[in-house]
Amino acid sequence: MKIVVDFDLCESNAVCMQIAPDVFEVRDDDFLYLLNENPDESDRERMEECAQRCPKQAILIED
Amino acid sequence: MAAQSIHIVGASLAGVRAAEALRRREFDGRIVLIGDEPHRPYDRPPLSKQVLAGDWDADRIELTKPEKFAALDLELRLGVRATGFDLATRTLSTSDGDDIVDAMVIATGARCRTLPGTDDMAGVHVLRTLDHTLALRAELDAGPSRVAVVGAGFIGAEVAATCRGRGLDVTMIDPMPTPLGRVLGEEIGSLMADVHLEHGVDLRTGVGVDRLEAEGGHVTRVVLSDGAVVEADVVVIGIGVIPNTEWLEGSGLTIDNGVVCDATMLAAPGITAAGDVARWPNGRFDEVMRIEHWDNAIEQGVHAAERLLVDDADALPFEPVPWFWSDQYDRKLQMAGRIGPADDIHLATGSFEERRFAQLHGRDGRLVGVLGLNRPRHVMQYKTMIQNGASFEDAVAAEI
Ligand SMILES: Cc1cc2nc3c(=O)[nH]c(=O)nc-3n(C[C@H](O)[C@H](O)[C@H](O)COP(=O)(O)OP(=O)(O)OC[C@H]3O[C@@H](n4cnc5c(N)ncnc54)[C@H](O)[C@@H]3O)c2cc1C
Ligand code: SF4
Repeated sequence: MKIVVDFDLCESNAVCMQIAPDVFEVRDDDFLYLLNENPDESDRERMEECAQRCPKQAILIED
Repeated sequence: MAAQSIHIVGASLAGVRAAEALRRREFDGRIVLIGDEPHRPYDRPPLSKQVLAGDWDADRIELTKPEKFAALDLELRLGVRATGFDLATRTLSTSDGDDIVDAMVIATGARCRTLPGTDDMAGVHVLRTLDHTLALRAELDAGPSRVAVVGAGFIGAEVAATCRGRGLDVTMIDPMPTPLGRVLGEEIGSLMADVHLEHGVDLRTGVGVDRLEAEGGHVTRVVLSDGAVVEADVVVIGIGVIPNTEWLEGSGLTIDNGVVCDATMLAAPGITAAGDVARWPNGRFDEVMRIEHWDNAIEQGVHAAERLLVDDADALPFEPVPWFWSDQYDRKLQMAGRIGPADDIHLATGSFEERRFAQLHGRDGRLVGVLGLNRPRHVMQYKTMIQNGASFEDAVAAEI
């Protein structure tokens, strides 16, 4: 599973980080860092939750 | 008794997220999703922002990709309207015929309030649906001389900002002293007033609308309560919403500014409600609420669906920290929790001058709310503290 973030849409609100801090991290510089671009397939449900709860629809799950 | 078949009425954010939650919880019975809009379910926040601006088209805002939607295996009834319900016989009446309902999620949302006598006036718009947005956008494309926005709430303020972004002349009118002041407080309301003024909005606050006037059936001017006249060929009305509960009148369910639910979102045995239409006691704030925010529709949709799959004894109360955002120009406003005029206040970061700050609200020693402008990360982190029941003192001392 590949996670792609559209950084033009992302507003760094850290909603995703609340659900999956091991994958998404918004740092003190207010930028989002993707800590793991290829989470394990077993993590799909949580990644989908991140994508759904992102108010900017900035998270895409490719394949 | 767990449900065998579930009807979801309202095929938008709360309804669709409810359907997805049922499948995620391995509910393999029949799910009927009924919605009166003809479109596949879509997301509303971009309507007043990117879609109205002309930056995004309708295909960009679908709620769920077609393949994933198909995989939910729903009995999808789009363009179908629920017209009545009878709790005693569990009969759901629709424009397509009657159905006996085993369990049901009510997710019919809300619709815009209008000004009396303007429903048939050309050039007068509200903004709730994709069709509304495309109709308004077409008129903006035609280059109106002036857009009058009636109501400086969130929708009105976003429409004003988007219209200014398109280079159109805009007048925004509201009887309150400042835009959004009722929700955000007068101080931040007047800051938002400055933001609109600097972006060239002709802002008329503290004055109401007396009437709209038309020529040949098309609106031409807005007459204000102080007698002033605003010439405008497009008028957008953003004066709040009304929950869609008419179809439940006489159903046996309690309707009072929304579908009244218990703390677990149950409206009657086997019947739950979620999203803009639902009212329930939120134990976290000791307050009966009806929330008109995007994130609530998701969380509550999931909760209302899962509620149908558990026995009463195992049901959990729904106690979220409400949260919303609004984007106007380059300002991103966010609020979490509940704020009130008598709260203790602390500016945790930034300043009003730079229009970038997070302000904490405390009540009875507890952190109850946070309001931020262009500080989305801070708002979310304080929201977590509210969720964890942090004291105001701890929130003020926290390094975020
Ligand atoms: C223009 C706009 C911008 C917004 N921006 C933001 C934002 O920036 N941030 C934020 O937090 N929130 C925002 N919101 C609010 C958010 O979109 C709503 O809270 C959310 O859509 C509520 O979802 P819902 O499913 O409860 O109701 P709705 O989205 O209203 O959906 C209800 C559905 O049920 C259908 N329906 C109604 N009656 C019947 C019936 N009798 N039979 C069948 N179907 C019926 C309706 O047509 C509709 O499709 C915005 C809303 C709008 C309109
Ligand atoms: S939830 Fe979305 S907008 Fe927020 S930080 Fe994550 S990707 Fe960015």
